[in-house]
Amino acid sequence: MSETQQTKIQVRGLSKVFGNQPKKALELRDKGKSRGEILEQTGNTLGLSNVSFDVQEGELLVIMGLSGSGKSTLIRCLNRLIEPTEGEIIIDDENIPKLSEKELLHCRRRHFSMVFQNFALFPHRTVQQNAEYGLEIRGVDKQERIRRAGDALKQVGLEGWEGALPNQLSGGMQQRVGLARALANDSTVMLMDEAFSALDPLIRKDMQQELLELQHRMKKTTIFITHDLDEALSIGDRIILLKDGEIVQIGTPEDILTNPADDYVARFTEGVDMSRILTARSAMRPVRATAREDDGPRTVLRKLSENSLDSIYVTTRERKLLGLIEADAADRAAKEGIQSIRELIHNDFPRVGPDEPLHNLFAMFNEKSYPIAVVDEDQRLLGVVVKGAVLAELAEAGEH
Amino acid sequence: MAIDIPRIPLGDWIEAGLDYLTTEYSVVTRGISRFTQTGINAINDALAWMPEWALMALIALLCWRVSGIRLAIGSVLGLALIWNMGLWFPMIESLTLVVFATIVAVVIALPVGIVGALSDRLYGVIMPVLDFMQTMPAFVYLIPAIPFFGIGSVSAIFATVIFSMPPAIRFTTLGIRQVPKELIEAADAFGSTRGQKLFKVQLPLSLPTIMAGINQTIMLALSMVVIAAMIGADGLGSEVWKAIQRLRPGDGFEAGIAVVILAMLLDRLTQAFRKPKKAR
Repeated sequence: MSETQQTKIQVRGLSKVFGNQPKKALELRDKGKSRGEILEQTGNTLGLSNVSFDVQEGELLVIMGLSGSGKSTLIRCLNRLIEPTEGEIIIDDENIPKLSEKELLHCRRRHFSMVFQNFALFPHRTVQQNAEYGLEIRGVDKQERIRRAGDALKQVGLEGWEGALPNQLSGGMQQRVGLARALANDSTVMLMDEAFSALDPLIRKDMQQELLELQHRMKKTTIFITHDLDEALSIGDRIILLKDGEIVQIGTPEDILTNPADDYVARFTEGVDMSRILTARSAMRPVRATAREDDGPRTVLRKLSENSLDSIYVTTRERKLLGLIEADAADRAAKEGIQSIRELIHNDFPRVGPDEPLHNLFAMFNEKSYPIAVVDEDQRLLGVVVKGAVLAELAEAGEH
Repeated sequence: MAIDIPRIPLGDWIEAGLDYLTTEYSVVTRGISRFTQTGINAINDALAWMPEWALMALIALLCWRVSGIRLAIGSVLGLALIWNMGLWFPMIESLTLVVFATIVAVVIALPVGIVGALSDRLYGVIMPVLDFMQTMPAFVYLIPAIPFFGIGSVSAIFATVIFSMPPAIRFTTLGIRQVPKELIEAADAFGSTRGQKLFKVQLPLSLPTIMAGINQTIMLALSMVVIAAMIGADGLGSEVWKAIQRLRPGDGFEAGIAVVILAMLLDRLTQAFRKPKKAR
């Protein structure tokens, strides 16, 4: 973190007015008029107002805001899919708003590849041809194209799907193709516009993990847009919070959680998402295997070894948690020929409700090495919370 | 009190304009005429040179390849009936006119349609012209065709092209404009030039719609080719025309049925082309 980082993109005083009187709208803004007043007087919308920030080489920068905050406009101004009204965007000594059409084309090919919310795959091209698109339009020769697109598809785990058409794939796989199309291009910056928002929650979590791994491996400068604070916190090196076209706060996830810049950020983090992040429910994982109260010791042993566990929860048919059995206790019982496992069950482990704050849980880890069982009011087993680095970070953030 | 408003001599102006064009540009019209006649003759000779059974087999094979066995059988039965009624050569003549007129119409329509899709200003110019072309009664085109190209097939082609071109233009424009905005954005984001965007994204994605337009063009061309018998075009239309003049409804219906068979065959065949290709 502390190593000297190079600035990849400098954004200075970026504004965007949607409408036919951009000059007048900006004048009004400079006189201190609000967005609403500008809209009333000119009929124009101030999409972005005086936005400045730096993007560091190799970082994953998340731009977060609710719908209408201007985040989509911002990311599209960077590669001029939307023409900015004023301001500078400097990437490697080139000022993007000043580029001619030809230079812009060149700049897009070299610097930017983009991943879209609704995938935007070309339906008439196969997975392989989609991944090749960026290289193809740059005139890279066929052999090279096939090799690099193939590599990118391998990176995202789509080997063997090269000949399929996009509509034959699930949503998650389609977005992998979108990711591969962006990676194959080997551009210096990746723009991801709500890239995972259209995916269902489980797949979304997976994709976030994979993005982090990719990012770790390739150190590609990535600008990621999302409306979801959870997502922003779990993947961002730094987060920019955007509201009504203006930057409210720039900081690491810890900064945002612990020192919210104003009420807006605080409300965001506490009211909406803080409770979700910092409770047992959000940190828990599904239980890999459980034993039934009427299982014999040998069944229990098999379940333990199949899942390489050294202890296992015992539940009733209704998933009501009865207790825990240790592997060596089950082993002994099996050797002695004991049929029932009821005597082996002990209750010497922590259990909490799903709404228990995480920093309370963290103290429990220090007493025992068992994971924490999460149960509902009826003592039904919902999941477990294991000690882990992620939890430690979150708990730390929650203590302040 | 009646005010004496002079009649606007719109018709006179148009006639004067046409006269001017006929005399001043006779080199052009004669050139077009010669080119068209050569084209028609070439297609006609090629189709007529083949024995009936060979052409039938060829068409059946084509139907089987692009559609399926049902259309193949249907085509054999329909064509056999036409042959049996002694209308084979008129059918070939009509088919020739349709094929030639469609080729010319599509060659003009595609670029015009593309331009109309990409430029809002030209879209505003093209669409009213198309409305005019489509709502003007089809017969009217036959009249100026005669001074330009004389009685016969070339005039028929001229009128047919004008009459049948609009759907191909409209559908091309529509198809390109219907390409989802996100895909255009994706193409732009990766740095596509206009040409790359057109040929790699917009045209391939609008192909089914463009094919629907070409299908319409073919159908309109067939209907016009029949009407064009009035200015001396050969083919099934002239059989109908003869039957009317001699008051022989039986002959008229036979020729009419042949037109229907030809129409259905062309329609099913071009529709089969529209269906998206299956994935490999």
